Amino acid sequence: MNIHEYQAKEILKRYGIQVPRGSVATTAQEAGRIARELGGVCVVKAQIHAGGRGKAGGVKLVKSPAEAEAVAAGLLGKKLITHQTGPQGREVRRLLVEEGLNIERELYLAVVLDRAVSRVSVIGSAEGGVEIEEVAQKSPEKILKEVVDPAVGLQPFQARRMAYALGLAQERVGAFVSLVQGLARAFVELDCSLAEINPLVVTREGKVLALDAKMNFDNNALFRHPEIVALRDLTEEDPKEYQASELGLSYISLDGDIGCMVNGAGLAMGTMDIIKQYGGEPANFLDVGGGATQERVTEAFKILLSDKQVKGVLVNIFGGIMRCDVIAQGVVNAAREVRLAVPLVVRLQGTNVEQGRAILSESGLAIMPAETMAEAAEKIVTAVKGKLQNAK
Amino acid sequence: MAVLVDKNTRVLTQGITGATGQFHTRACKEYGTQMVAGVTPGKGGTRFDDIPIFDTVAQAVAATGADTSVLYVPPAFTADAMMEAADAGLELIISITEGVPAMDMVRVKRYLEGKRPRLLGPNCPGIMTPGECKIGIMPGHIYRRGPVGVVSRSGTLTYEAVDQLTRLGLGQSTCIGIGGDPVHGLGFIDVLKLFNEDRETEAAVMIGEIGGTAEEEAAAWVKANMKKPVVGFIVGQTAPPGKRMGHAGAIISGGKGTAKEKLEAMRRAGIRTAPSPALIGQTMLETLKEANVRGKA
Repeated sequence: MNIHEYQAKEILKRYGIQVPRGSVATTAQEAGRIARELGGVCVVKAQIHAGGRGKAGGVKLVKSPAEAEAVAAGLLGKKLITHQTGPQGREVRRLLVEEGLNIERELYLAVVLDRAVSRVSVIGSAEGGVEIEEVAQKSPEKILKEVVDPAVGLQPFQARRMAYALGLAQERVGAFVSLVQGLARAFVELDCSLAEINPLVVTREGKVLALDAKMNFDNNALFRHPEIVALRDLTEEDPKEYQASELGLSYISLDGDIGCMVNGAGLAMGTMDIIKQYGGEPANFLDVGGGATQERVTEAFKILLSDKQVKGVLVNIFGGIMRCDVIAQGVVNAAREVRLAVPLVVRLQGTNVEQGRAILSESGLAIMPAETMAEAAEKIVTAVKGKLQNAK
Repeated sequence: MAVLVDKNTRVLTQGITGATGQFHTRACKEYGTQMVAGVTPGKGGTRFDDIPIFDTVAQAVAATGADTSVLYVPPAFTADAMMEAADAGLELIISITEGVPAMDMVRVKRYLEGKRPRLLGPNCPGIMTPGECKIGIMPGHIYRRGPVGVVSRSGTLTYEAVDQLTRLGLGQSTCIGIGGDPVHGLGFIDVLKLFNEDRETEAAVMIGEIGGTAEEEAAAWVKANMKKPVVGFIVGQTAPPGKRMGHAGAIISGGKGTAKEKLEAMRRAGIRTAPSPALIGQTMLETLKEANVRGKA
């Protein structure tokens, strides 16, 4: 789960991390008022769940409250297109108005789940303000890393070692160490999957602050953090993805026209891949889970057909322990209930597969059965496109 | 031979009184696995079918000689159950549960350091040595005994691959699901090492997916150490970056963890990659034929 920058900064404050003074505005007038309170020179930042806001014109320096109001009026309601939003962009509904700072240095700091070592790691770099992936590619030696031992947490010596390696002046080291420790503590206590401060700035007055902040949370741990769940902004999420998550289905919108419904994440990805291999484009990823009941199959169907781009549907179920006759009945009921009007290919494997196929063929619905994944992909692509393209 | 589990494996179920635990304990017992005990705190002294239930893992081990545990415990309690199993000195702990917080797994792995048990999962289908021992939720009827070891991050995609192998007359030595979570127990390299040393295993199938760098690391290990042919496959070639594809660990982040990178790493390591998820079995068949020709020449 993602949250906004202003929400992340509120959390960081609770962990003793300094952030620029500022407030959130939802109207231009409000933005002007906040700018006045902050003394005129300000930064107006669009609050959307995507990186690359600066380059897309979503972060602007203003010199007066009047300018803040004018800039805010231009940003609010606008669709901001960054390299992370996709071509449709994201509507700006909120702005963070913050004081301007006298910046001496910009650094990078993040706490991540380090899969390679199954631990939490702190990443630091003297190259602040640019994307860390870029630094990692061009000059990996500039990336500093400290692995956290979960038994004792991040130790001060580790944060000190990073401070010295970053070349911080002696009088800033103390502030840096407590900030890094605060960020690591927040990460662990709140079950984050990413806590990133980019840039972390040192001001000419000697303060160390989080100029930007990004926090992502482990969905699997949200059950023990109701205060984090309360920060969820549904306007930032795809409505179909949200609806699916409420039903316990895993759904991701894609750009193609072949809807898929599969059991299991790996097989679902494999199904998307094979559609593409046969020259088609998947419209979605949809994992109905191991225990796909009739009801879940129906709900899943409704969600994937609510995408108006869908011109055909491929159901790929490797039943395994689940009985194919039960799944087939679910598919037939769902197709009837939603009055399916596009081609449907169903590939069933597992227990009672013969009975399952019989239910499909006796349903009177125009369901095309398939024996294998390859056959299923070929059939649906042919049905949607009229012919095969780039078939392998 | 096979690896990790065989007909002598004695299994206890943690979470045996839940619906999932009951269903799969019964299915595994019917397959022929020695399901010797169950553990549910507060249900000690009762039975499920004829399987005795205990309050603690330590009691179950002392009374039944169980050496392996399978966990069908809700996500919030999984870490505790894993550590209880580890403390009781089991050899292998298998966690089926999906949805365990990553930070819990970081702590569990720290706790397991220096201790005896191996951990499989969480969020995995389990482990299967066809004809001898099935522990987990996989459909036993699609498996046949034979020379191919299978290791995978995915459940149903493994069934797909196993089904292809079986239909082509290629049986399996042991099939192991390592799970789809970012922090988990045994990894590709741990399992490939076991296959490398197992006399029965002649070749291995390795099924990866997007996210992380485990496949790249395993490919490098294969190149340096593996004496047997490996067939590889990676799903998620069409997955968009930044989106979690069902599995908690299946996400391309910061441009890293793409299927393309992983497939290239596999090819560089001499792993033959299947051109499509429908051709994993076929690719293994060709690989074994070639290996046989080379072996006889």
